[in-house]
Amino acid sequence: MIANFFSAADLAALWISVKLAVITVACLLLLATPLAWWLASGRSKARIVVEAVTALPLVLPPTVLGFYLLLLLGPYGPVGRLMLSLGLAPLSFSFGGLVVGSILYSMPFVVQPLQNAFQSVGTRMLEVAATLGAPPLDRFMSVALPLARRGFVTGGVLAFAHTLGEFGVVLMIGGNIPGRTQTAAIAIFNHVEVLDYASAQRLSLTLLIACFTLLLIVYATNRGARREWVTP
Amino acid sequence: MTRERSWLWLWLLLSSVPASADEINVAVAANFLGTLQQLAPAFQQASGQQLVISAGSSGQLYAQIKQGAPFDVFLSADSERPKLLETEGLGVAGSRFTYAIGTLVLWSARPGVVDADGNILRSANLRLIAIADPKNAPYGLAAQQVLTALRVWDQFNRDHRISMAENINQAWQFAATGNADVAFIARSQLAASVDGKAIGGSSWEPPQSLYSEIDQDGLVLTRSAKRAAAESFMRWLRADSHAIALIKAAGYRVRE
Repeated sequence: MIANFFSAADLAALWISVKLAVITVACLLLLATPLAWWLASGRSKARIVVEAVTALPLVLPPTVLGFYLLLLLGPYGPVGRLMLSLGLAPLSFSFGGLVVGSILYSMPFVVQPLQNAFQSVGTRMLEVAATLGAPPLDRFMSVALPLARRGFVTGGVLAFAHTLGEFGVVLMIGGNIPGRTQTAAIAIFNHVEVLDYASAQRLSLTLLIACFTLLLIVYATNRGARREWVTP
Repeated sequence: MTRERSWLWLWLLLSSVPASADEINVAVAANFLGTLQQLAPAFQQASGQQLVISAGSSGQLYAQIKQGAPFDVFLSADSERPKLLETEGLGVAGSRFTYAIGTLVLWSARPGVVDADGNILRSANLRLIAIADPKNAPYGLAAQQVLTALRVWDQFNRDHRISMAENINQAWQFAATGNADVAFIARSQLAASVDGKAIGGSSWEPPQSLYSEIDQDGLVLTRSAKRAAAESFMRWLRADSHAIALIKAAGYRVRE
């Protein structure tokens, strides 16, 4: 049924979008957790600068971010030249480049909820754990992480949905190559350009329903968690 | 597992698969995308080679080609950027030619609005006209030239009755949704169909003498690893009677 509903190219684009979103979220949770922990608990002045840099993708137009990445990762850019000298292919116009772009673009959507969650855990619980003899890593793993799980769900789902809907960055850094870097959002752009609104709507509706369901899950989880807090 | 090794695994997982040998990567300006999608199967039948089509705006594609995009052929919506690429050494010298010539059309989604002589442009009832931005779209520049030649450009600007769309497709959308009364679009858009239904409404083709020709140039890119195949595609696009018939049916002219 799905095969009749979508063309092969659209199915490929949807698959690339989902794969991109899953890998991006996985990388982001790994990268953003220590960063958010440091932002939430550190006391250094550098914190403010890092916090501002992390939030930049919220303000920068996606095509600008994409253009900078294109310069940076392309075969003439510093990162691209480095990769070429190591015998590797440059990341621009590859799926790997899409992942790098998506990680940067969705970074604030994971860092900010996690930072808030870590801050709301507070220092008291961790101090109690410390007096009971738990080493720092154990305090983080068995106290902070479980208490901050709401932040992980919110950040993960927001980044997933945001990556599904991403357009400007992936078009610039990926180059709209069908089967390799053409995501569902870019396939929609192609359909609209050739006035094939029926196909555009099928894909748009799919993204809409997927993202709406995901956001419903976030808000339902948050509400459930809040109740838990009120009645311990 | 060391951190270095896990990064290597991640890189292997993410790195791209090399393109297969009988594929030609074509970067095409979005306004020619629909036509190229019709040309691709005809070319595949004639040559056995497949076109992998990447669409975008001419400016964006130009920037990507400058940054080493893996395209073999560039089909632009203008002649400026292909000329630039040629002088910058990024296009194969002598491979550039005009694959299509655009025709400008004044169009309304409603029948009977645009008259056969374009007199509506002098009417005070014309509330809003949509054109593509003349600064980056050749069809927008042509629209500005027509309005200037008819001596209504200043008047329209003074009254804030011009809506600058990002490209001709957006100009078309502004008029199709009734938010603009009329729009300057490409004849190729009139020749197209929306979800298989013909586009109706009313239209006027301003005489070519009122605006400079909209040449859409294409060329083979120097970085291409498949130059012979790319050149054979360009020869086909330029000379094959079936290809030319498809381009003309899509609403373009070709240089005879």
